[in-house]
Amino acid sequence: MHRVYEDGGREIVLTIFRHNPNDEDSIPHFQDYPIIERPGMTLYIALTQIYTSMDHDVSFDFVCRAGICGSCAMVVNGKPRLACRTLTSEFSEGKITLLPLPTFQHIKDLSVDTGTFMNAMTKRVEGWIVNNSPQDISTIEKPIDPELSDEIFELDRCIECGICLASCATKVMRPNFVGAVGLNRVARFSLDPHDSRSDEEFYELIGDDEGIFGCMSFMGCQDHCPKHLPLQKQIAYMRNKMVKVC
Amino acid sequence: MQKNHLIELLTQKDNRKKKSKIPARLDFLQSATGAVLVLFIMFHLLFESSILLGKDAMYALTKAFELDFVFKGGEPLFIAFLAFGVFVVFILHALLAMRKFPSSYREYSAYRLHSQMIQHEDTSLWFIQITTGFMMFFLGSIHLYTMMTQPDKIGPFASADRIYSDTMWPMYLLLLVSVVLHASVGLYRLIIKWGWGERQKSKWMIKAATIFYLGIGLVSLGAYMKIGYEHRGEYGKRYTVEANR
Repeated sequence: MHRVYEDGGREIVLTIFRHNPNDEDSIPHFQDYPIIERPGMTLYIALTQIYTSMDHDVSFDFVCRAGICGSCAMVVNGKPRLACRTLTSEFSEGKITLLPLPTFQHIKDLSVDTGTFMNAMTKRVEGWIVNNSPQDISTIEKPIDPELSDEIFELDRCIECGICLASCATKVMRPNFVGAVGLNRVARFSLDPHDSRSDEEFYELIGDDEGIFGCMSFMGCQDHCPKHLPLQKQIAYMRNKMVKVC
Repeated sequence: MQKNHLIELLTQKDNRKKKSKIPARLDFLQSATGAVLVLFIMFHLLFESSILLGKDAMYALTKAFELDFVFKGGEPLFIAFLAFGVFVVFILHALLAMRKFPSSYREYSAYRLHSQMIQHEDTSLWFIQITTGFMMFFLGSIHLYTMMTQPDKIGPFASADRIYSDTMWPMYLLLLVSVVLHASVGLYRLIIKWGWGERQKSKWMIKAATIFYLGIGLVSLGAYMKIGYEHRGEYGKRYTVEANR
Protein backbone atom coordinates (compact mmCIF):
# COMPACT_ATOMS: atom_id res chain seq x y z
CA MET A 1 0.00 0.00 0.00
CA HIS A 2 1.30 3.42 -0.88
CA ARG A 3 1.14 6.24 1.64
CA VAL A 4 -1.57 8.87 0.99
CA TYR A 5 -0.81 12.36 2.27
CA GLU A 6 -3.31 14.73 3.88
CA ASP A 7 -3.35 17.03 0.85
CA GLY A 8 -4.48 14.16 -1.38
CA GLY A 9 -1.06 13.29 -2.73
CA ARG A 10 0.02 9.68 -2.70
CA GLU A 11 3.41 8.07 -3.07
CA ILE A 12 3.98 6.54 -6.50
CA VAL A 13 7.03 4.89 -8.04
CA LEU A 14 8.21 5.51 -11.59
CA THR A 15 10.53 2.78 -12.83
CA ILE A 16 12.55 4.13 -15.72
CA PHE A 17 14.66 2.27 -18.26
CA ARG A 18 18.15 3.71 -18.11
CA HIS A 19 20.73 3.21 -20.82
CA ASN A 20 22.99 5.24 -23.02
CA PRO A 21 23.89 3.21 -26.13
CA ASN A 22 26.59 5.75 -26.98
CA ASP A 23 28.40 5.10 -23.70
CA GLU A 24 30.34 1.82 -23.72
CA ASP A 25 30.21 1.64 -19.92
CA SER A 26 26.43 2.05 -19.77
CA ILE A 27 24.61 -1.10 -18.66
CA PRO A 28 20.86 -1.24 -19.45
CA HIS A 29 18.93 -1.28 -16.18
CA PHE A 30 15.77 -0.03 -14.48
CA GLN A 31 15.84 2.69 -11.84
CA ASP A 32 13.06 3.45 -9.33
CA TYR A 33 12.03 7.04 -8.59
CA PRO A 34 9.53 7.42 -5.72
CA ILE A 35 7.63 10.71 -5.95
CA ILE A 36 4.52 12.30 -4.44
CA GLU A 37 1.63 12.38 -6.86
CA ARG A 38 -0.36 15.59 -6.99
CA PRO A 39 -3.88 16.07 -8.42
CA GLY A 40 -3.87 16.29 -12.21
CA MET A 41 -0.29 15.10 -12.44
CA THR A 42 0.69 13.83 -15.90
CA LEU A 43 3.66 11.61 -16.62
CA TYR A 44 5.32 14.60 -18.24
CA ILE A 45 4.99 16.56 -14.96
CA ALA A 46 6.23 13.57 -12.98
CA LEU A 47 9.27 13.20 -15.25
CA THR A 48 10.01 16.91 -15.04
CA GLN A 49 9.88 16.67 -11.26
CA ILE A 50 12.33 13.76 -11.32
CA TYR A 51 14.61 15.65 -13.69
CA THR A 52 14.61 18.90 -11.70
CA SER A 53 14.72 17.55 -8.15
CA MET A 54 16.08 13.99 -8.21
CA ASP A 55 18.17 13.07 -11.24
CA HIS A 56 19.42 15.56 -13.76
CA ASP A 57 20.86 12.77 -15.89
CA VAL A 58 17.55 11.14 -16.87
CA SER A 59 16.65 11.82 -20.53
CA PHE A 60 13.22 12.15 -22.09
CA ASP A 61 11.71 14.18 -24.94
CA PHE A 62 8.96 16.77 -24.89
CA VAL A 63 8.01 20.00 -26.66
CA CYS A 64 4.37 21.04 -26.55
CA ARG A 65 3.07 19.35 -23.36
CA ALA A 66 -0.40 19.27 -24.97
CA GLY A 67 -0.53 16.15 -27.14
CA ILE A 68 0.21 18.02 -30.35
CA CYS A 69 3.91 17.54 -31.10
CA GLY A 70 4.15 13.79 -30.43
CA SER A 71 7.64 14.09 -28.91
CA CYS A 72 6.90 12.51 -25.53
CA ALA A 73 5.70 9.11 -26.80
CA MET A 74 6.98 6.26 -24.62
CA VAL A 75 5.90 2.84 -23.40
CA VAL A 76 3.87 3.16 -20.20
CA ASN A 77 3.26 -0.11 -18.37
CA GLY A 78 3.57 -1.95 -21.70
CA LYS A 79 1.39 0.42 -23.74
CA PRO A 80 2.84 3.07 -26.09
CA ARG A 81 1.33 6.43 -25.04
CA LEU A 82 2.02 10.16 -24.88
CA ALA A 83 3.51 11.11 -21.49
CA CYS A 84 1.85 14.53 -21.55
CA ARG A 85 -1.60 12.99 -22.04
CA THR A 86 -1.25 10.27 -19.41
CA LEU A 87 -2.39 10.96 -15.87
CA THR A 88 -0.47 9.17 -13.12
CA SER A 89 -3.81 8.66 -11.33
CA GLU A 90 -4.79 6.14 -14.06
CA PHE A 91 -2.49 3.62 -12.36
CA SER A 92 -4.24 2.64 -9.17
CA GLU A 93 -1.31 0.63 -7.81
CA GLY A 94 0.98 3.63 -8.16
CA LYS A 95 3.64 1.68 -10.06
CA ILE A 96 4.53 2.98 -13.50
CA THR A 97 7.21 1.46 -15.69
CA LEU A 98 8.52 3.62 -18.54
CA LEU A 99 10.42 2.38 -21.60
CA PRO A 100 11.59 4.15 -24.75
CA LEU A 101 9.55 3.47 -27.90
CA PRO A 102 10.76 0.29 -29.62
CA THR A 103 11.40 0.27 -33.41
CA PHE A 104 13.20 3.64 -33.32
CA GLN A 105 16.86 4.41 -32.80
CA HIS A 106 17.48 4.69 -29.08
CA ILE A 107 19.23 7.90 -28.00
CA LYS A 108 19.26 7.61 -24.20
CA ASP A 109 16.88 6.44 -21.45
CA LEU A 110 13.38 7.38 -22.70
CA SER A 111 14.60 9.42 -25.64
CA VAL A 112 14.42 8.01 -29.18
CA ASP A 113 15.01 9.39 -32.67
CA THR A 114 11.68 9.33 -34.52
CA GLY A 115 12.76 12.10 -36.90
CA THR A 116 15.11 10.01 -39.02
CA PHE A 117 12.38 7.43 -39.71
CA MET A 118 9.66 10.03 -40.34
CA ASN A 119 11.90 11.92 -42.73
CA ALA A 120 12.77 8.76 -44.66
CA MET A 121 9.12 7.65 -44.64
CA THR A 122 7.97 11.00 -46.04
CA LYS A 123 10.47 10.73 -48.89
CA ARG A 124 9.62 7.09 -49.47
CA VAL A 125 5.86 7.62 -49.83
CA GLU A 126 6.35 11.08 -51.39
CA GLY A 127 4.14 12.53 -48.70
CA TRP A 128 3.33 15.80 -50.38
CA ILE A 129 0.98 17.13 -53.05
CA VAL A 130 2.11 16.06 -56.51
CA ASN A 131 0.49 17.86 -59.41
CA ASN A 132 2.34 18.33 -62.64
CA SER A 133 -0.32 20.36 -64.42
CA PRO A 134 0.47 24.10 -64.81
CA GLN A 135 -0.46 26.06 -61.67
CA ASP A 136 -1.41 29.73 -61.60
CA ILE A 137 -0.62 30.96 -58.10
CA SER A 138 -2.42 34.27 -58.73
CA THR A 139 -5.80 32.47 -58.82
CA ILE A 140 -7.72 30.95 -55.93
CA GLU A 141 -7.07 27.27 -55.38
CA LYS A 142 -9.74 24.92 -56.71
CA PRO A 143 -12.31 24.41 -53.92
CA ILE A 144 -12.87 20.97 -52.35
CA ASP A 145 -16.19 19.52 -51.25
CA PRO A 146 -16.44 20.33 -47.50
CA GLU A 147 -17.16 16.70 -46.54
CA LEU A 148 -14.13 15.48 -48.44
CA SER A 149 -12.10 18.27 -46.96
CA ASP A 150 -13.10 17.16 -43.44
CA GLU A 151 -12.08 13.62 -44.31
CA ILE A 152 -8.66 14.80 -45.49
CA PHE A 153 -8.13 17.06 -42.46
CA GLU A 154 -9.08 14.15 -40.20
CA LEU A 155 -6.10 12.18 -41.58
CA ASP A 156 -3.91 15.28 -41.35
CA ARG A 157 -4.32 15.17 -37.57
CA CYS A 158 -1.50 12.58 -37.42
CA ILE A 159 1.25 14.00 -35.21
CA GLU A 160 3.86 11.40 -36.23
CA CYS A 161 4.50 10.43 -32.63
CA GLY A 162 5.54 6.91 -33.68
CA ILE A 163 3.08 5.15 -31.38
CA CYS A 164 1.46 3.30 -34.30
CA LEU A 165 4.86 1.84 -35.21
CA ALA A 166 5.80 0.95 -31.64
CA SER A 167 2.41 -0.80 -31.27
CA CYS A 168 2.77 -2.78 -34.51
CA ALA A 169 4.03 -6.37 -34.32
CA THR A 170 4.78 -6.32 -38.05
CA LYS A 171 7.06 -3.31 -37.63
CA VAL A 172 8.77 -4.94 -34.63
CA MET A 173 9.47 -8.07 -36.70
CA ARG A 174 10.17 -6.39 -40.05
CA PRO A 175 11.95 -3.06 -39.60
CA ASN A 176 11.49 -1.96 -43.23
CA PHE A 177 7.69 -1.95 -42.93
CA VAL A 178 6.37 1.56 -43.65
CA GLY A 179 3.71 1.30 -40.93
CA ALA A 180 0.34 2.94 -40.41
CA VAL A 181 1.84 6.42 -40.34
CA GLY A 182 3.10 5.99 -43.93
CA LEU A 183 -0.03 4.26 -45.21
CA ASN A 184 -2.23 6.92 -43.62
CA ARG A 185 -0.15 9.59 -45.33
CA VAL A 186 -0.63 7.95 -48.74
CA ALA A 187 -4.38 7.57 -48.08
CA ARG A 188 -4.53 11.27 -47.25
CA PHE A 189 -2.99 12.33 -50.57
CA SER A 190 -4.93 9.76 -52.60
CA LEU A 191 -8.13 11.41 -51.29
CA ASP A 192 -6.95 14.92 -52.10
CA PRO A 193 -8.20 16.20 -55.50
CA HIS A 194 -5.26 18.63 -55.57
CA ASP A 195 -2.98 15.62 -55.95
CA SER A 196 -2.98 14.29 -59.50
CA ARG A 197 -1.31 10.95 -58.78
CA SER A 198 -3.10 7.86 -60.06
CA ASP A 199 -3.52 4.60 -58.15
CA GLU A 200 -0.81 3.12 -60.38
CA GLU A 201 1.57 5.81 -59.17
CA PHE A 202 0.67 5.18 -55.53
CA TYR A 203 1.27 1.47 -56.16
CA GLU A 204 4.86 2.31 -57.08
CA LEU A 205 5.25 3.81 -53.58
CA ILE A 206 3.55 1.21 -51.35
CA GLY A 207 2.73 -1.81 -53.54
CA ASP A 208 4.99 -4.36 -51.85
CA ASP A 209 5.50 -6.41 -48.68
CA GLU A 210 7.20 -3.47 -46.98
CA GLY A 211 4.21 -1.32 -47.81
CA ILE A 212 0.49 -2.03 -47.88
CA PHE A 213 0.83 -5.81 -48.36
CA GLY A 214 3.08 -6.11 -45.31
CA CYS A 215 0.28 -5.07 -42.94
CA MET A 216 -1.08 -8.11 -41.10
CA SER A 217 -4.01 -6.26 -39.51
CA PHE A 218 -2.87 -6.57 -35.89
CA MET A 219 -4.61 -3.24 -35.23
CA GLY A 220 -2.11 -2.19 -32.58
CA CYS A 221 -1.82 1.08 -34.52
CA GLN A 222 -5.48 2.00 -34.31
CA ASP A 223 -5.93 0.82 -30.73
CA HIS A 224 -3.02 2.92 -29.41
CA CYS A 225 -3.18 5.99 -31.68
CA PRO A 226 -3.43 8.98 -29.28
CA LYS A 227 -5.31 10.97 -31.93
CA HIS A 228 -7.82 8.14 -32.51
CA LEU A 229 -7.28 8.17 -36.27
CA PRO A 230 -9.34 5.70 -38.35
CA LEU A 231 -6.24 3.75 -39.38
CA GLN A 232 -7.96 0.42 -40.04
CA LYS A 233 -10.35 2.09 -42.48
CA GLN A 234 -7.52 3.89 -44.29
CA ILE A 235 -5.34 0.80 -44.59
CA ALA A 236 -8.30 -1.25 -45.90
CA TYR A 237 -9.12 1.58 -48.32
CA MET A 238 -5.56 1.62 -49.69
CA ARG A 239 -5.36 -2.18 -49.85
CA ASN A 240 -8.56 -2.36 -51.91
CA LYS A 241 -7.25 0.36 -54.23
CA MET A 242 -3.82 -1.24 -54.65
CA VAL A 243 -5.21 -4.70 -55.41
CA LYS A 244 -7.42 -3.23 -58.12
CA VAL A 245 -4.33 -1.80 -59.85
CA CYS A 246 -3.42 -5.33 -61.01
CA MET B 1 17.89 -16.45 -67.30
CA GLN B 2 15.74 -13.82 -68.96
CA LYS B 3 17.14 -10.30 -68.96
CA ASN B 4 13.88 -8.89 -67.56
CA HIS B 5 14.25 -11.11 -64.50
CA LEU B 6 17.81 -9.90 -64.02
CA ILE B 7 16.61 -6.30 -64.17
CA GLU B 8 14.07 -7.07 -61.42
CA LEU B 9 16.75 -8.81 -59.37
CA LEU B 10 19.00 -5.77 -59.54
CA THR B 11 16.46 -2.93 -59.31
CA GLN B 12 13.35 -4.52 -57.72
CA LYS B 13 11.50 -3.11 -60.73
CA ASP B 14 10.80 -4.39 -64.25
CA ASN B 15 12.26 -3.08 -67.52
CA ARG B 16 9.59 -0.33 -67.55
CA LYS B 17 10.78 0.74 -64.05
CA LYS B 18 7.50 -0.52 -62.58
CA LYS B 19 7.01 -2.52 -59.39
CA SER B 20 5.90 -6.12 -59.69
CA LYS B 21 2.16 -6.73 -59.32
CA ILE B 22 2.83 -10.16 -57.83
CA PRO B 23 2.67 -8.98 -54.16
CA ALA B 24 -0.85 -7.62 -54.80
CA ARG B 25 -1.95 -10.88 -56.40
CA LEU B 26 -0.43 -12.96 -53.61
CA ASP B 27 -2.14 -10.83 -50.96
CA PHE B 28 -5.49 -11.14 -52.72
CA LEU B 29 -5.07 -14.89 -53.31
CA GLN B 30 -4.16 -15.50 -49.67
CA SER B 31 -7.39 -13.83 -48.62
CA ALA B 32 -9.47 -15.50 -51.36
CA THR B 33 -8.22 -19.02 -50.58
CA GLY B 34 -8.72 -18.35 -46.87
CA ALA B 35 -12.30 -17.17 -47.46
CA VAL B 36 -13.06 -20.28 -49.56
CA LEU B 37 -11.66 -22.54 -46.83
CA VAL B 38 -13.61 -20.72 -44.09
CA LEU B 39 -16.84 -21.17 -46.05
CA PHE B 40 -16.00 -24.79 -46.71
CA ILE B 41 -15.27 -25.58 -43.07
CA MET B 42 -18.44 -23.84 -41.87
CA PHE B 43 -20.56 -26.14 -44.03
CA HIS B 44 -18.35 -29.19 -43.45
CA LEU B 45 -18.75 -28.99 -39.68
CA LEU B 46 -22.51 -28.54 -40.03
CA PHE B 47 -22.73 -31.54 -42.36
CA GLU B 48 -20.59 -33.83 -40.21
CA SER B 49 -22.66 -32.89 -37.16
CA SER B 50 -25.72 -34.31 -38.92
CA ILE B 51 -24.90 -37.43 -36.89
CA LEU B 52 -26.54 -35.57 -33.98
CA LEU B 53 -29.84 -35.82 -35.90
CA GLY B 54 -29.40 -39.58 -36.17
CA LYS B 55 -27.58 -42.16 -38.26
CA ASP B 56 -30.19 -41.97 -41.03
CA ALA B 57 -29.68 -38.22 -41.45
CA MET B 58 -25.90 -38.58 -41.66
CA TYR B 59 -26.23 -41.52 -44.07
CA ALA B 60 -28.66 -39.61 -46.32
CA LEU B 61 -26.32 -36.60 -46.44
CA THR B 62 -23.32 -38.80 -47.26
CA LYS B 63 -25.21 -40.43 -50.09
CA ALA B 64 -26.36 -37.03 -51.37
CA PHE B 65 -22.68 -35.98 -51.63
CA GLU B 66 -22.06 -39.22 -53.54
CA LEU B 67 -24.81 -38.03 -55.92
CA ASP B 68 -27.05 -41.03 -55.28
CA PHE B 69 -29.91 -39.07 -56.84
CA VAL B 70 -28.03 -39.39 -60.14
CA PHE B 71 -26.04 -42.61 -59.69
CA LYS B 72 -27.87 -45.43 -57.95
CA GLY B 73 -26.23 -46.22 -54.62
CA GLY B 74 -23.95 -43.17 -54.92
CA GLU B 75 -20.43 -42.77 -56.28
CA PRO B 76 -17.76 -42.10 -53.56
CA LEU B 77 -15.38 -40.86 -56.24
CA PHE B 78 -17.16 -37.49 -56.13
CA ILE B 79 -16.11 -37.13 -52.50
CA ALA B 80 -12.51 -37.86 -53.57
CA PHE B 81 -12.75 -35.15 -56.25
CA LEU B 82 -14.15 -32.69 -53.73
CA ALA B 83 -11.37 -33.57 -51.25
CA PHE B 84 -8.79 -33.11 -54.00
CA GLY B 85 -10.19 -29.67 -54.85
CA VAL B 86 -10.10 -28.65 -51.18
CA PHE B 87 -6.55 -30.03 -50.89
CA VAL B 88 -5.39 -27.85 -53.79
CA VAL B 89 -6.89 -24.71 -52.18
CA PHE B 90 -5.51 -25.80 -48.80
CA ILE B 91 -1.95 -26.19 -50.14
CA LEU B 92 -2.18 -22.90 -52.03
CA HIS B 93 -3.39 -21.10 -48.90
CA ALA B 94 -0.62 -22.67 -46.78
CA LEU B 95 1.98 -21.65 -49.35
CA LEU B 96 0.74 -18.06 -49.45
CA ALA B 97 0.28 -17.75 -45.68
CA MET B 98 3.82 -19.02 -45.05
CA ARG B 99 5.07 -15.67 -46.37
CA LYS B 100 3.80 -14.11 -43.17
CA PHE B 101 5.24 -16.61 -40.68
CA PRO B 102 8.20 -15.45 -38.58
CA SER B 103 11.16 -16.43 -40.75
CA SER B 104 13.87 -16.41 -38.09
CA TYR B 105 14.36 -16.62 -34.34
CA ARG B 106 14.89 -12.86 -34.30
CA GLU B 107 11.46 -12.25 -35.84
CA TYR B 108 9.78 -14.86 -33.61
CA SER B 109 11.40 -13.51 -30.47
CA ALA B 110 10.58 -9.90 -31.42
CA TYR B 111 6.93 -10.84 -31.91
CA ARG B 112 6.64 -12.82 -28.67
CA LEU B 113 8.34 -10.18 -26.50
CA HIS B 114 6.32 -7.41 -28.10
CA SER B 115 3.10 -9.37 -27.67
CA GLN B 116 3.85 -10.05 -23.99
CA MET B 117 4.71 -6.41 -23.40
CA ILE B 118 1.76 -4.79 -25.13
CA GLN B 119 -0.96 -7.26 -24.01
CA HIS B 120 -3.10 -6.48 -27.03
CA GLU B 121 -5.76 -9.01 -28.01
CA ASP B 122 -5.50 -8.77 -31.80
CA THR B 123 -1.71 -9.03 -31.60
CA SER B 124 -1.90 -12.07 -29.29
CA LEU B 125 -4.42 -13.75 -31.61
CA TRP B 126 -1.73 -14.05 -34.25
CA PHE B 127 0.08 -16.60 -32.09
CA ILE B 128 -3.04 -18.76 -32.23
CA GLN B 129 -3.26 -18.16 -35.97
CA ILE B 130 0.30 -19.27 -36.76
CA THR B 131 0.31 -22.15 -34.25
CA THR B 132 -2.96 -23.64 -35.52
CA GLY B 133 -1.87 -22.97 -39.10
CA PHE B 134 1.34 -24.88 -38.53
CA MET B 135 -0.51 -27.79 -36.91
CA MET B 136 -2.88 -27.98 -39.86
CA PHE B 137 -0.03 -28.43 -42.33
CA PHE B 138 0.05 -31.97 -40.93
CA LEU B 139 -3.39 -32.63 -39.48
CA GLY B 140 -5.29 -31.21 -42.46
CA SER B 141 -3.12 -33.16 -44.87
CA ILE B 142 -3.76 -36.44 -43.04
CA HIS B 143 -7.52 -35.90 -43.11
CA LEU B 144 -7.67 -34.76 -46.73
CA TYR B 145 -5.42 -37.61 -47.91
CA THR B 146 -7.70 -40.09 -46.13
CA MET B 147 -10.75 -38.57 -47.81
CA MET B 148 -9.07 -38.66 -51.23
CA THR B 149 -7.92 -42.27 -50.95
CA GLN B 150 -10.79 -43.79 -48.94
CA PRO B 151 -13.88 -41.79 -49.93
CA ASP B 152 -16.03 -44.91 -49.56
CA LYS B 153 -15.31 -45.05 -45.83
CA ILE B 154 -17.69 -42.27 -44.88
CA GLY B 155 -20.95 -43.05 -43.09
CA PRO B 156 -22.39 -43.54 -39.61
CA PHE B 157 -20.45 -46.77 -38.99
CA ALA B 158 -17.49 -46.27 -41.36
CA SER B 159 -16.66 -42.82 -39.93
CA ALA B 160 -17.23 -43.99 -36.35
CA ASP B 161 -14.94 -47.02 -36.91
CA ARG B 162 -12.25 -44.74 -38.33
CA ILE B 163 -12.51 -42.39 -35.38
CA TYR B 164 -12.78 -44.97 -32.59
CA SER B 165 -11.36 -48.34 -33.72
CA ASP B 166 -8.64 -46.86 -35.98
CA THR B 167 -7.70 -44.50 -33.10
CA MET B 168 -7.99 -41.41 -35.26
CA TRP B 169 -9.88 -39.47 -32.56
CA PRO B 170 -6.82 -37.70 -31.07
CA MET B 171 -5.96 -36.42 -34.55
CA TYR B 172 -9.56 -35.29 -35.16
CA LEU B 173 -9.76 -33.63 -31.75
CA LEU B 174 -6.63 -31.57 -32.45
CA LEU B 175 -7.76 -30.88 -36.02
CA LEU B 176 -11.17 -29.69 -34.85
CA VAL B 177 -9.73 -27.22 -32.34
CA SER B 178 -7.07 -26.04 -34.80
CA VAL B 179 -9.40 -25.57 -37.74
CA VAL B 180 -12.11 -23.74 -35.80
CA LEU B 181 -9.66 -21.37 -34.10
CA HIS B 182 -7.69 -20.76 -37.29
CA ALA B 183 -10.81 -20.13 -39.37
CA SER B 184 -12.26 -17.80 -36.72
CA VAL B 185 -9.17 -15.63 -36.34
CA GLY B 186 -8.62 -15.75 -40.10
CA LEU B 187 -12.16 -14.60 -40.86
CA TYR B 188 -11.83 -11.76 -38.35
CA ARG B 189 -8.59 -10.66 -40.01
CA LEU B 190 -10.23 -10.80 -43.44
CA ILE B 191 -13.06 -8.54 -42.28
CA ILE B 192 -10.76 -5.87 -40.87
CA LYS B 193 -8.14 -6.26 -43.58
CA TRP B 194 -10.56 -5.49 -46.41
CA GLY B 195 -12.93 -3.28 -44.41
CA TRP B 196 -15.94 -5.58 -44.80
CA GLY B 197 -17.57 -4.81 -41.47
CA GLU B 198 -17.54 -3.06 -38.15
CA ARG B 199 -14.70 -4.40 -36.05
CA GLN B 200 -16.16 -4.91 -32.58
CA LYS B 201 -19.43 -6.32 -33.88
CA SER B 202 -17.53 -8.71 -36.15
CA LYS B 203 -15.34 -9.83 -33.27
CA TRP B 204 -18.36 -10.51 -31.08
CA MET B 205 -20.15 -12.48 -33.81
CA ILE B 206 -17.04 -14.51 -34.63
CA LYS B 207 -16.51 -15.35 -30.95
CA ALA B 208 -20.10 -16.62 -30.79
CA ALA B 209 -19.58 -18.66 -33.99
CA THR B 210 -16.34 -20.12 -32.58
CA ILE B 211 -18.14 -21.38 -29.48
CA PHE B 212 -20.97 -22.76 -31.64
CA TYR B 213 -18.69 -24.62 -34.04
CA LEU B 214 -16.39 -25.92 -31.31
CA GLY B 215 -19.50 -27.07 -29.45
CA ILE B 216 -21.15 -28.95 -32.30
CA GLY B 217 -17.76 -30.31 -33.38
CA LEU B 218 -16.94 -31.73 -29.95
CA VAL B 219 -20.43 -33.15 -29.39
CA SER B 220 -20.37 -34.75 -32.87
CA LEU B 221 -16.94 -36.24 -32.21
CA GLY B 222 -18.34 -37.66 -28.97
CA ALA B 223 -21.31 -39.10 -30.89
CA TYR B 224 -19.00 -40.82 -33.41
CA MET B 225 -16.91 -42.16 -30.50
CA LYS B 226 -20.01 -43.63 -28.88
CA ILE B 227 -21.18 -45.23 -32.14
CA GLY B 228 -17.65 -46.52 -32.80
CA TYR B 229 -17.44 -48.03 -29.32
CA GLU B 230 -20.80 -49.78 -29.70
CA HIS B 231 -19.87 -50.92 -33.21
CA ARG B 232 -16.35 -52.15 -32.35
CA GLY B 233 -17.42 -55.81 -32.52
CA GLU B 234 -18.60 -55.35 -36.11
CA TYR B 235 -15.72 -53.23 -37.31
CA GLY B 236 -15.86 -52.65 -41.06
CA LYS B 237 -19.52 -53.48 -41.46
CA ARG B 238 -21.33 -50.70 -43.31
CA TYR B 239 -24.50 -48.95 -42.33
CA THR B 240 -27.70 -49.56 -44.25
CA VAL B 241 -31.01 -47.87 -43.59
CA GLU B 242 -32.88 -51.19 -43.75
CA ALA B 243 -30.62 -52.91 -41.19
CA ASN B 244 -31.16 -50.07 -38.77
CA ARG B 245 -34.95 -50.41 -38.82
